[in-house]
Amino acid sequence: MYKELIFSLDTPYRGEMNIYGYRFGHGERAACIIGPTRGNEIQQLYICSQLVRILSLLERNGDIHANKELFVIPSANHFSTNIERRFWELDNTDINRMFPGDSSGETTQQIADGIFKRVKGYNYGIQFASFHTPGAFIPHVRMMKTGRQSESLANLFGLPYVLTRKPDPFDTVTLNYNWQLSGTNAFSVYAGMVEQLNENAAMQAVSSVLRFLTRMGILKYNCHSGYISTVIEENALFSIRSDCSGIYRRLKNPGDEVHFGDVLAQVIDPYEGEILSEILSPSDGILFFAHIKSLVKENGVIYQMIRRLHE
Amino acid sequence: MHNIISIKLPVGETLHIQRTRIERQDKEEQKKRLCLVTGIHGDEFEGQYIVYELNRRLCKDLQDLHGTVDIYPSANPLGMESNTRGIPGYDLDMNRSFPGNPEGDLVERVAASLIQDIMGANLCIDLHASNIFIREIPQARLSTDFADFVMEYAKVANVDFIWVSESKTVLEATLVHSLNSLSVPAFAIELGVGMRITREYGNRIVEGILRIMKKLGMWSGPVKELTMPLISSDHAVYMVHAQTAGIFLPMTENSKELGEGDKIGEIIDPFEGKKKQEIFAPCDGMIFSVREYPVVYQGSLLARILAM
Repeated sequence: MYKELIFSLDTPYRGEMNIYGYRFGHGERAACIIGPTRGNEIQQLYICSQLVRILSLLERNGDIHANKELFVIPSANHFSTNIERRFWELDNTDINRMFPGDSSGETTQQIADGIFKRVKGYNYGIQFASFHTPGAFIPHVRMMKTGRQSESLANLFGLPYVLTRKPDPFDTVTLNYNWQLSGTNAFSVYAGMVEQLNENAAMQAVSSVLRFLTRMGILKYNCHSGYISTVIEENALFSIRSDCSGIYRRLKNPGDEVHFGDVLAQVIDPYEGEILSEILSPSDGILFFAHIKSLVKENGVIYQMIRRLHE
Repeated sequence: MHNIISIKLPVGETLHIQRTRIERQDKEEQKKRLCLVTGIHGDEFEGQYIVYELNRRLCKDLQDLHGTVDIYPSANPLGMESNTRGIPGYDLDMNRSFPGNPEGDLVERVAASLIQDIMGANLCIDLHASNIFIREIPQARLSTDFADFVMEYAKVANVDFIWVSESKTVLEATLVHSLNSLSVPAFAIELGVGMRITREYGNRIVEGILRIMKKLGMWSGPVKELTMPLISSDHAVYMVHAQTAGIFLPMTENSKELGEGDKIGEIIDPFEGKKKQEIFAPCDGMIFSVREYPVVYQGSLLARILAM
């Protein structure tokens, strides 16, 4: 393992913000894994730290194949993490909306440029990211349909689901999109939570990456074969919304199978404690996403469901 | 005052997005409509003075008004009252959320309701301050895609500068882009700085809006002489970025004409008592943006200069 400084930024009072990567093995640029570009992605930081720990052990045991290089960046924005901000601490810009970056541009464009120059050219790129709507997902691999994506490769992570979607205009400035355009097979892995740790989901994500790297002939790592993933389109997810605002009582979790008419959640009057509304399942299906905050606003998405799918 | 949308919040409060309509009681036929939107970003207040002053003057000389002026003083009231640029609780820039979705969440519904209410207007002007980091001279912002559509109005807005720039894909979700795409002529005016009100600039824009109304046939009252704006498509725009971290001290003012090599400012280190960088103009030109927020990192924007 070699710890490599990939970008350094001086600041007036907080010292240098150094972004480090960990290199394992030598030779062909086989795979690159990148953790949080947002300061609140703590689950993603934890997953990357565990990958560094395990890859270090595997390297010591000779379990990284010859002529294969792996590179892991556990955190690209710890200055925001340390002050509990999601976006860049000085100007609230989003590093993951600045790719491929600009070496003479604004600070976050320079950070993105520094990262992208180091991470491009790998055969496989894996990003641990979070969605702009706060909540919890079933662990899954997410891919943008740029015309260069490969669902069959995404299946090799062995996670229960692979989700594909058409890029929105803002996606053109994300790391994943620019990775794909530069010839890297890019995947985003969503590992359940964001700000809170979920150990089970984290270790499932770690295993999925090690499984994928093993199947791609980069590592030797014995693990469970995982799932044959169900591939779904984002458009096929059905949004279930709250019909009123109030205190939110969530009754189901991502991954739960539900049936038509099941009570999924309750909205409570914040002054009088009465149940204002019960949100019922509109059909049979599997819950893919869940709103997890304690308050809900009217018409807010509280679940996304894969309809007519069973365990 | 009319609520264009009302959304209940979780605890004892309802969010209202409101519109003020100014028109004569003796409604004329074939009247035109001008819409003024401000407060999309919760940390921008320059538009508040503009819509106040315009409202006051129109009501004072209502006999000179021919048509309808719709003012939306706060498109993001939760942000404006909580010192938040975006919409609190969503981590989203509202001006990346248009055209919205009437069936969507709070942000999408507010965006859709604004678009729906403005539809059919003869012109919409979206009034912005800069953010808290940069102070701007009064300027109109147009995308190349729709510049021809609205240039005649921007030219009489009494701004110093019209900045026509390539439409980036990420900016397609702005109010102005969405309205233009729906055939409602629209452009943005940006002035001053976040969290502050610059009355001098505001008064100029009020005069510009009256001139625009005259052009639309909506105002028969007096109008003042205008500033003729420079247009960016005729000149290059230079960005000046910090090359080091520290505290920025500006040494020039907006609208000033600079020669190449003139000093713009310096970046200092308060610990060492030293200058870390002196910043000089890269070309002859007019400075139209100067950094206001003193803390800078490498890459922070310090100034923009229009080459002359």
